[in-house]
Amino acid sequence: MQGLEVRGLTKRFGGLTVSEDIDFDLVPGDRKALIGPNGAGKSTFSNLVTGILRPSAGTIRFDGMDIGRLSEAQRVKRGIAKTFQITTLFRDLTVRENLALTILERQGRGYQMLRRAGRHADTGAEVAALIDQFKLEALADTRVADLAYGQQRLVELAMTLALKPRVLILDEPAAGVPSSETHLIIDAIEALPPELAVLIIEHDMDLVFRVARQIIVLVQGRILTEGTPQEIATNAQVRELYLGGHGHD
Amino acid sequence: MTLLLNILVDGIAYGMILFMIAVGLSVTMGLMRVVNLAHGGFALLGGTFAHWLGSDLGWPFWLALPLAVLGTVALSMPLERLIYRRVYGFTDLQQVLATIGLTFLMIASVNLWQGSSLLTVPLPEGLKASVDLGFRTLPVHRLVVIAFGAAVVVGLWLLLDRTRFGIRLRAAVDNRGTASAHGINTDRIFMLAFALGAGLAALGGVLGAEILPIDAYYPLRYMVLFLIVVAVGGMGSIPGSLLAALGLGLLETATRYLVPDYATIAFFALVIALLTVRPNGLMGKIA
Amino acid sequence: MNTTMKSWLPPLALLALAVVLYFALPYNLAFLTRILIMAVLVLSLDLVLGFAGIATLGQAAFYGAGAYAAGLFAIHVWADPVAGLLVAGLAGAALAFVSGLIVLRTHGLTLIMLTIAVASICHEIANKARDVTGGADGLRGIRMEPVLGLWQFDFIGKTGFWYALTVLAVVFVLLTLIARSPFGLSLRGIHESPERMTAIGVSVYWRRVTAYTLGGGIAGLAGALSAQVTQLVSLESFSFTLSAEALIMLILGGTGRLYGAVLGTLVFMWVHHWAAANDPFNWLFVIGGLVLAVVFFLPRGIIAIPTALKRLGGRHAGT
Repeated sequence: MQGLEVRGLTKRFGGLTVSEDIDFDLVPGDRKALIGPNGAGKSTFSNLVTGILRPSAGTIRFDGMDIGRLSEAQRVKRGIAKTFQITTLFRDLTVRENLALTILERQGRGYQMLRRAGRHADTGAEVAALIDQFKLEALADTRVADLAYGQQRLVELAMTLALKPRVLILDEPAAGVPSSETHLIIDAIEALPPELAVLIIEHDMDLVFRVARQIIVLVQGRILTEGTPQEIATNAQVRELYLGGHGHD
Repeated sequence: MTLLLNILVDGIAYGMILFMIAVGLSVTMGLMRVVNLAHGGFALLGGTFAHWLGSDLGWPFWLALPLAVLGTVALSMPLERLIYRRVYGFTDLQQVLATIGLTFLMIASVNLWQGSSLLTVPLPEGLKASVDLGFRTLPVHRLVVIAFGAAVVVGLWLLLDRTRFGIRLRAAVDNRGTASAHGINTDRIFMLAFALGAGLAALGGVLGAEILPIDAYYPLRYMVLFLIVVAVGGMGSIPGSLLAALGLGLLETATRYLVPDYATIAFFALVIALLTVRPNGLMGKIA
Repeated sequence: MNTTMKSWLPPLALLALAVVLYFALPYNLAFLTRILIMAVLVLSLDLVLGFAGIATLGQAAFYGAGAYAAGLFAIHVWADPVAGLLVAGLAGAALAFVSGLIVLRTHGLTLIMLTIAVASICHEIANKARDVTGGADGLRGIRMEPVLGLWQFDFIGKTGFWYALTVLAVVFVLLTLIARSPFGLSLRGIHESPERMTAIGVSVYWRRVTAYTLGGGIAGLAGALSAQVTQLVSLESFSFTLSAEALIMLILGGTGRLYGAVLGTLVFMWVHHWAAANDPFNWLFVIGGLVLAVVFFLPRGIIAIPTALKRLGGRHAGT
């Protein structure tokens, strides 16, 4: 099978089960969203798939191959990329350098020591194309630390795409972005290559309902329900979870 | 049997010395997150004071010991206020440098005052004697060291477990932000903990002068040893420090008795192996 | 192009200074050569610490390994200096690789401590293997052949000076190339955010092991220079003090810029020389004070002074 195939995924910390028996598929072209209250185990799930955490039980397959024992970096090399909940970039490097570094690594040039980093024409062309795609021309030679947060989010997305992933996990892509800039993020997500398999973990329901075609609701480490945005919006259990929760606050 | 007893008595005495000197380092590292390479300097200061009082002025040991400890404590407090408080916010590397600089200054000061020769601390006759156990004799000094070590362990336990200071200190080690949010004056705690650690180091330095001889270069010579106790025990863990100090004391003593030519190498190799398996030490918090 | 030329200005100025000093201080060539050798060691540390961000206090381990390798190679195998240099570089790199595999699994304090421990073990091994290393008496009896068969080492130290200066220049150029290469860029990346490096598919561990190994090799070259020029290797090659001083020189000059490492070495060695000559008993006060002054008042090193002054000047002009 093409894409991700997760079966019976379980993670325990001591006596606490934070992910329980999760089945999940993500195939090319998917736009799925993972939602749920705080502490539902969304981040744990993402960390299990990307390899930061090792599962206590269950399997993770990618294109039919078991990747459960691969390291985080090895999974990235296979095509599973993620963005961070809190922007994590090379803050002291420029936008161009951030992208070039990412592409050079993907091209397997990370151990070249005597040739100048800027001398690879194909790398440069790819950097230029990404800068163009994300409309970052004016900021290309600015240090990332000097960018506004929304712009940093865009750079992060551009870097992740520079890896040419086949599975993309977006961990709260709009977190921390002022609402006036959220549309930039939404536009960028809508412009993602159609064949890419995308999983969005998000709190912002507007964003989720704009870009997701399938929504999974996670509660206390288990999948509560799964369906199209309309089905989820009308689901009584989910309404109870979100509206009820707010009502008691 | 005799060999085993020798290793046991010498090893535990050595371990107690290591514990007294290193426990303050462990607490300051766990509490202030400061990599304090100058900590051995407080043991040196204690030893130097004791040497001056005992050898130069001819005062009795049991008077020189507490005065040396108090003198070190009195020096450590302004040092914490003036230098260390500014070091807490530094990166690991800057802390390493700042405390190396401080170590150099401590060495230079002792060197200027007492020269670079061995600084002996004259022991009273009672401490030089041996006790006869019937089947063999044991040096009183080692037994006194062990007794002092045990007293420090019990004292620290009472202090940390039964007093307000102890509760606050442990709260601050676990979570500094929460502690100060609950109105705990962390500045004061830091200074008291630092002074306590310095005083215990001085006590260990003076009592251990027979085992770890004192001269101006003491803090550099034994720096790795003290750091190893902290790293093996786990930063900020007092039981960890005790366990590590006793374990390492026994280990080093055993290797010295059994493979004298390779003692240091064997010791380091075992420590490195242990830290490879447990990078956060025996009782360290998982990073 | 312009920026390329500009970036070569500080090292070229330092090179010119070395030549000037050679003619200005003809009776101090041994001291000047010592500075050049230390500069190679401090450059190796700049690669490991300044670029790869590995806080180590054990760089002397590889310097010592190189020194003993070069000395033993000259005595037992071949007294050719350049061959000895290569052997020493390999020895330093090999030790760095093997110890790095273990040490680089840890972080922070544990890492710093393990690097000290590795150097301590080397010190102890060299001390115990008296038959091979001469133990505490040092390794004696090193007789070098002429450099490239042309220049014999002389007792004034002319050959030694130019030899060390050449090696320093080659190491400097090599490190400059590495700094600008994809590998160098990746080290900066690791320094800034190991998490992000992992997320772009890089095994941070192996990248750091590589940098550590390279740094070990260069430190080995410095050790070899010392062994060949002074024809003596002492246990001090492995000492903690040497590691600490190299670190102080690097921070004094400023990390990550290469010429900062050379500048820091020059200033530190000079202060050390001056203080030790004026008051052989109390020079540690000067060094200790210097270290504290740098950490508190000049955390980015000497190379940051011009920028700091400019900013100060700009502020005055603005008001």
